[in-house]
Amino acid sequence: MGQRITIDPITRIEGHLRIDCEVDGGKVKKAWSSGQMWRGVELILLGRDPRDAWAITQRICGVCTTVHAITSVRAVENALQLEVPLNAQYIRNLIILAHAVHDHIVHFYHLSALDWVDVTSALKADPDATSRLAESLSTWQGNGKFEMRAVKERLKGFVDGGQLGIFTNGYWGHPAMKLPPEVNLLAVAHYLQALDVQRKANKIVSILGSKTPHIQNVAVGGVSNALSTDSYSTLGVERLLAIKGYIDELADFVKNVYLIDVAAVGAFYADWTKYGAGVTNYLAVPDIPMDTKGTQFALPGGYIANKDLGSFKPIKTFNDEFWVKGVEESAKHSWYEGSKPLHPYKGETKPQYTDFKEDGKYSWLKSPTFYGKPAQVGPLARVLCMLAAGHEPTKKYATAALDTVSALAKTKVGLDAMHSTIGRHAARAVSCAVQVDMLADQWTALLNNMAKGDLTTFNKPVFPKGEIMGQGYHEAPRGALSHWVVIDNGKIKNYQCVVPSTWNACPRNDKDEPGPYEASIADNPIADPERPLEVLRTVHSFDPCIACAIHVTDTENGSAITVNAK
Amino acid sequence: MRTVILGIGNTILSDEGVGVHAAEALRAAYEVPAGIEVIDGGTAGMELLDPLSGVDLLVVLDAVKAKRAPGTVITLTGKEVPVFFRSKLSPHQVSICDVLASLEFAGDPPKDLVLIGCEPLSLELGTELTPTVAAKVPQMVAAAVAQLAARGIPLTPRRATAEAH
Repeated sequence: MGQRITIDPITRIEGHLRIDCEVDGGKVKKAWSSGQMWRGVELILLGRDPRDAWAITQRICGVCTTVHAITSVRAVENALQLEVPLNAQYIRNLIILAHAVHDHIVHFYHLSALDWVDVTSALKADPDATSRLAESLSTWQGNGKFEMRAVKERLKGFVDGGQLGIFTNGYWGHPAMKLPPEVNLLAVAHYLQALDVQRKANKIVSILGSKTPHIQNVAVGGVSNALSTDSYSTLGVERLLAIKGYIDELADFVKNVYLIDVAAVGAFYADWTKYGAGVTNYLAVPDIPMDTKGTQFALPGGYIANKDLGSFKPIKTFNDEFWVKGVEESAKHSWYEGSKPLHPYKGETKPQYTDFKEDGKYSWLKSPTFYGKPAQVGPLARVLCMLAAGHEPTKKYATAALDTVSALAKTKVGLDAMHSTIGRHAARAVSCAVQVDMLADQWTALLNNMAKGDLTTFNKPVFPKGEIMGQGYHEAPRGALSHWVVIDNGKIKNYQCVVPSTWNACPRNDKDEPGPYEASIADNPIADPERPLEVLRTVHSFDPCIACAIHVTDTENGSAITVNAK
Repeated sequence: MRTVILGIGNTILSDEGVGVHAAEALRAAYEVPAGIEVIDGGTAGMELLDPLSGVDLLVVLDAVKAKRAPGTVITLTGKEVPVFFRSKLSPHQVSICDVLASLEFAGDPPKDLVLIGCEPLSLELGTELTPTVAAKVPQMVAAAVAQLAARGIPLTPRRATAEAH
């Protein structure tokens, strides 16, 4: 019998995700992922006007507000078979892509890099050597020796002042930390630069979304932005030019810093291409619609079974039956009544709490399946599906990233390495590079369409008598997100959100197969059970975000997090 | 001089959303002159870095767990505000404190910081505040206005049109 480790919570301050591991012989043998928070937003929506659902659902999550707004209006439009004006598609696409680029940069630099980067080790770095290393890898202007010297001084000031702040309680000095001091210093420098750059992505969202956080401009039938080529009170040329400026700055950073940093971390942690694959059925939905009906997409999606890219089956339209019929959710191991898998249109939210029963019910998350199988969603699924679909830009950036890793690691690293913990970070960077180029394309498409004289942004919805149903999907930063709505006489009768973190963080399904987190942790080495950094690395590579955000300020600073190793 | 009044919280988790409700109540009750922004920060994390950069005075309205009776309003200023977390297992926990810490690290923190908090009674699902906490919203607004006034920023009440209805 091995040792049991419980990490609670692993994500946010109020305790949303608990991970339990059974460790034996320095390795995780078995893992349980448990959502510790009841999410009943679906119940708030019952009986409401479907045109308001987006405003409420975007409060589900503190990180992905925009994505729920977009998915919700798509679900209602799908129920109505309502077309969306081209300009509205382009504006939504710009918001979606800017949000995604923002999310990916923040995830890597500000939320995950510290699982790999030892900040205190950066104080031992020679800043001039750091600069030489950086300049050998990239033409980015922020890699100069004066910049690196200044960053080291600033870091020293923080450490000497006893205020490591956001870096407090990192696992500094952990035996699994392997970057040389110079690479650690470079990462800290880029962490700071990324703090500045990510703001540009958010500016695009706020210009187009009227407000951020929580955009205000979407509507069932389009967007509420008024377009004009000659007025300053609407979305005109001057604001569009400002957006283009931000896109260019983001593209420079993503291609010349982010993509290269991920390759460097990947090369130094090449052993992590062997861990964390987990569930290798991959699911991604197509996105960035290019027509009013949602039949043409710039970003392809589909399903890959058992890591075989040759098995790829595309999801083609907003009405694709392959998608609509394939999704089910089971509650056998979830704190809800029933155990039979249900389609989201028939989904139920009836709580049945039993405490943590490792062979019974142990999570507030349900277990989604695609044609009865667990599936991994997120950037890795997205990139593999885009590669399988023959998407040229994805091929270009994926090849570039793998070539950089191979050169730095001095050994050939192929696509197979992507099925891993580090592969998920690489895929996120590749996805981000593709999306930042797509952002520029959508900007051009919007301008060209306006130049043709089309300034329409909204088609008015009309709700019929009787029952209709629809689903909307969106390839969100964390992966396939879908909302499913049943509308009766213009009011919401049922509503289910099947979110990326549910696909990935779910408990075992009705056939007792583990979900992606559970499967991916199950082979990780554990150097020190008291400080299970390896588990954090793998879980964080998914960008965990348990679909509900709480923002209570805690003035007591009592330690709410426990790592229990016994 | 740039002043931001920031209401944060999740408006679908009852008292969790008290900060947002208080910010909206302030906006409804007072004229907000140029140079002062009232922001509904909702549940956002790093998205707030941009609106909170280059701020001279930041007044945060929020639900605060300070082990007081539900509905207790507390005001913290300057260094009393917990900018830095001490009990974190990982950096994967984004909150307003992380945003403030990031601003600090980026060398651009608010020059002056006030936190006006209310101890929540319920964090259950729901779009309404509990009566206990709803009754304290005017006190939070008054506290925010008093903090502004003490710094030479008087707010003018809107004409009491609401009373006529």
